[in-house]
Amino acid sequence: MKGRIHSIETFGTVDGPGIRFVLFMQGCALQCQYCHNPDTWDRTGGRSADVEEILSEVEPYLDYYRRSGGGITVTGGEPMLQAPFLTELFLACKRRWNLHTALDSSGFCDPAHAEKLLDVTDLVLLDLKQMDRAKHIALTGHPNDTIIRFARRLSERSIPVWIRHVLVPGLTDSYVDLKALGEFIGELDNVEKVELLPYHNMGAYKWRQLGKTYALERVPVPSEQEMERARHIVDMRRLAGGRMERPAAGETRR
Amino acid sequence: MAMTESEAARRQSDNDGWRGFKPGKWQRGIDVKDFIDSNLTPYRGDERFLAGPTERTKELWRQIREWMRLERENGGVLDVDVDTVSTITSHAPGYIDKEKEQIVGLQTDAPLKRSIQPFGGVRMVIDACRAYGFELPDDIVRLFTDIRKTHNQGVFDAYTAEMKLARKAGIITGLPDAYGRGRIIGDYRRVPLYGVDRLIEDKKNDLLQLEVDAMSESVIRAREELSEQVRSLQELKRMAASYGFDISRPANNAKEAVQWLYFAYLAAIKEQNGAAMSLGRVSSFLDTYIERDLMEGTLTEDEAQELIDHFVMKLRLVKFLRTPDYNELFSGDPTWVTESIGGMALSGETRVTRSSLRILHTLYNLGPAPEPNLTVLWSEKLPEPFKRYCAKVSIDTSSIQYENDDLMRPYYGDDYGIACCVSAMRIGKQMQFFGARANLAKALLYAINGGVDEKLGMQVGPATAPITSEVLDYDEVMQQYDRMLEWLAGLYVNTLNVIHYMHDKYCYERLEMALHDRDILRTMACGIAGLSVVADSLSAIKHAVVRPVRNEQGVAVDFAIEGEYPQYGNNDERVDSIAVQVVESFMNKLRKHETYRGAMHTMSVLTITSNVVYGKKTGSTPDGRKAGEPFAPGANPMHGRDRKGALASLASVAKIPYEHSLDGISNTFTIVPKALGREPHNRVGNLVSLLDGYALSGGHHLNVNVFDRAQLLDAMEHPENYPQLTIRVSGYAVNFIKLTREQQLDVINRTFHGTF
Repeated sequence: MKGRIHSIETFGTVDGPGIRFVLFMQGCALQCQYCHNPDTWDRTGGRSADVEEILSEVEPYLDYYRRSGGGITVTGGEPMLQAPFLTELFLACKRRWNLHTALDSSGFCDPAHAEKLLDVTDLVLLDLKQMDRAKHIALTGHPNDTIIRFARRLSERSIPVWIRHVLVPGLTDSYVDLKALGEFIGELDNVEKVELLPYHNMGAYKWRQLGKTYALERVPVPSEQEMERARHIVDMRRLAGGRMERPAAGETRR
Repeated sequence: MAMTESEAARRQSDNDGWRGFKPGKWQRGIDVKDFIDSNLTPYRGDERFLAGPTERTKELWRQIREWMRLERENGGVLDVDVDTVSTITSHAPGYIDKEKEQIVGLQTDAPLKRSIQPFGGVRMVIDACRAYGFELPDDIVRLFTDIRKTHNQGVFDAYTAEMKLARKAGIITGLPDAYGRGRIIGDYRRVPLYGVDRLIEDKKNDLLQLEVDAMSESVIRAREELSEQVRSLQELKRMAASYGFDISRPANNAKEAVQWLYFAYLAAIKEQNGAAMSLGRVSSFLDTYIERDLMEGTLTEDEAQELIDHFVMKLRLVKFLRTPDYNELFSGDPTWVTESIGGMALSGETRVTRSSLRILHTLYNLGPAPEPNLTVLWSEKLPEPFKRYCAKVSIDTSSIQYENDDLMRPYYGDDYGIACCVSAMRIGKQMQFFGARANLAKALLYAINGGVDEKLGMQVGPATAPITSEVLDYDEVMQQYDRMLEWLAGLYVNTLNVIHYMHDKYCYERLEMALHDRDILRTMACGIAGLSVVADSLSAIKHAVVRPVRNEQGVAVDFAIEGEYPQYGNNDERVDSIAVQVVESFMNKLRKHETYRGAMHTMSVLTITSNVVYGKKTGSTPDGRKAGEPFAPGANPMHGRDRKGALASLASVAKIPYEHSLDGISNTFTIVPKALGREPHNRVGNLVSLLDGYALSGGHHLNVNVFDRAQLLDAMEHPENYPQLTIRVSGYAVNFIKLTREQQLDVINRTFHGTF
């Protein structure tokens, strides 16, 4: 089976635990205004590669991944669009090397389509962009119903999840939004870590290269205080939900 | 010198310096390794025992920082003693603050006052003085022009026309023919352990052994050298005496051990302005004295750290008078006071001691700095807490480099040190003839252009038929290149033979060699620049379509490339194998040529900061690099061409065979902090795993820089805010703000792993 690949990164350290092989898939259904990889949207772009080809790219570095408690992370683009291909890839990673597998996804995927892939996935990095349905449509071009369903399904299946939320001033940082996010996370049973990530504009040049208009040109990068405030709100609401387990030291807070 | 048991016992009894040490073979003959083997206290714990700076340390360092600021404002040199030729005993004692400094001794009678050292070449001294607004007195110029011959003059007396031309064209560059060659490590530990008298006695015994029937040239030379060595040791004693110390006997405690050792090193740098004046592997040796004092209750941890801090302060003050164009090659006023830390013993025990951590800790107590060039000998088997501490120091200071002990130990044993950047040598048993480097990228252009230099438009290499085809053919280019490298290897070794013959004759390192065994291994340390340019160029010729653009003279001055080609730095065998082949092939060609004093041929893949100058002197190359653009440093892939992330890039470099590059393979790795992990503790763990993995895959050397590009850009704009910002470049570290603007831009343009 073949997949459409954007690129690979052999030394990933921010997408899951330890040092990771990061596979960027080509193609995404969402069109997030702050996306820093818009070059991965087009489903016909990138190059095609089969599972063996990817495995041979991973193999030379296994020692690094094992030693650091790392593994492989698939991101994109939206990996879920190529779930059958990734199922085969993760299965092979497990069988051959018993490698830790992670998916970095927006969750924009009918859970039924992902069941087999989730069977061989150790961790999902789930990007919750906006809890407000209307704002989600404005931000990404789609409603968030599927995403919320996907998140609940992961919780049902007890698949560990790291929730990620990019804090974009004016778009995803209002008190109401953060409160809703915290409360939703509080309802889930499988959240190991919540990462609030500051918006950055380092992908803006890619928009220009692709001839697209970057709507967030004037949006500032959030300050450390703003980040701290957002973390506080989310954590408090999670706690209020009563289902938050105390994270290990240094897990949710930096 | 051999001794009987009873003699050894007698010596020990009137020799308090050895009290409490485990006796052994080291007492009967000069054998520091044996002493270390039986007296080292390995340390497997973490850094929590370390002490901060004392008030004295803070005050002294504040004073030094102020002088360093004045030096910078003064254009790079504060003062020069133009009237006194530097020798071991030339200058009156100098102090920073006599009351406060625990370890004393300066190169001249005042801090940061540079001395003149004209034995390597007087021209360089005249130019250096002038560049900084000083004038060398006429009588000294006359002395070293008409009366006392210099190394530089000797070399040019013997250079052939071809050698001079190759030098001018820059196919061979950075040759130590106008300055001290350096890269020799005296075993400075011998002075505290044995005292100078014992060392003199030993050398006199060597002389006695050389009272032989046939006075051949080599015996005569050996006798002369030994006599010079004895004289230098006597001068060393006199220098120490001028500071009020009698170092004829062994050191009695930690403070004396550090002081004795520093005096030995100080004498070496007063005598020689070598390109790299490295220290060896002293911190764990000194630890034996510190441990003994701690045990005897005569020293506290604060005092132990203070000794190391004050010693390191002195090493940070080491300065030589050099010309601005020398600084272009070796930028940032480096001295390569390289100290090798850690590593493992052949027995399987670690060589890490508490003092390994203490010396790294100076980067916190005194802040980051490029010197001493702190080099960790990395092994997967190093104690985990030490590994984590090293990684933390790297992340916080970008001031240390790593070399693969597991790779080097089989060649050099467990008592070697690094000279300069990446050159391993057994301490006191091995030295090298430093040979700078040949420009292999230019040689490729010579192969294409029939030996005509693309910049000078002159015939420099042998006149062969230039390649005239419209599209470059891989096999044809390789055949021509092979011939050109054959010529270059011969010319290169011959040139080095001339240089080192003359250096021995006119600028012999008396004291450094006095701290060596009589019979030593010498290596002829050749080097190459432009490896990644050559590998990518040949790959382009092989896998894409490359059309030379020729000028009216028929010289290829540019290249048009059609199609993609595999690039070095992506763990792609199709091109990495070319890099490996070039290294092996050039090394084998070097081996064909006889060397001065029977030196063993070695080679490095290291550019220091000269990758910028080499690039400037080299025309456009078939990989798409334009004329004048910098090469990648050392064995690094060209910036921006390693597209699969750090591990793929490291994997390509790790393929370069160490057995054919025994003088070292330099790799500089720069990463933004966030790309090492989101949380600080993860960053440390990931860096440790990275270093372990690179070492296990056979990589030799890694400079680790951790910072953001934005920080460097800000430092370019506001240098006054970054007096101690240190970055690792090929094999050493520099104060970023001391680099030329060109070099700063080169650093900023390089691959930063983790940026988009």
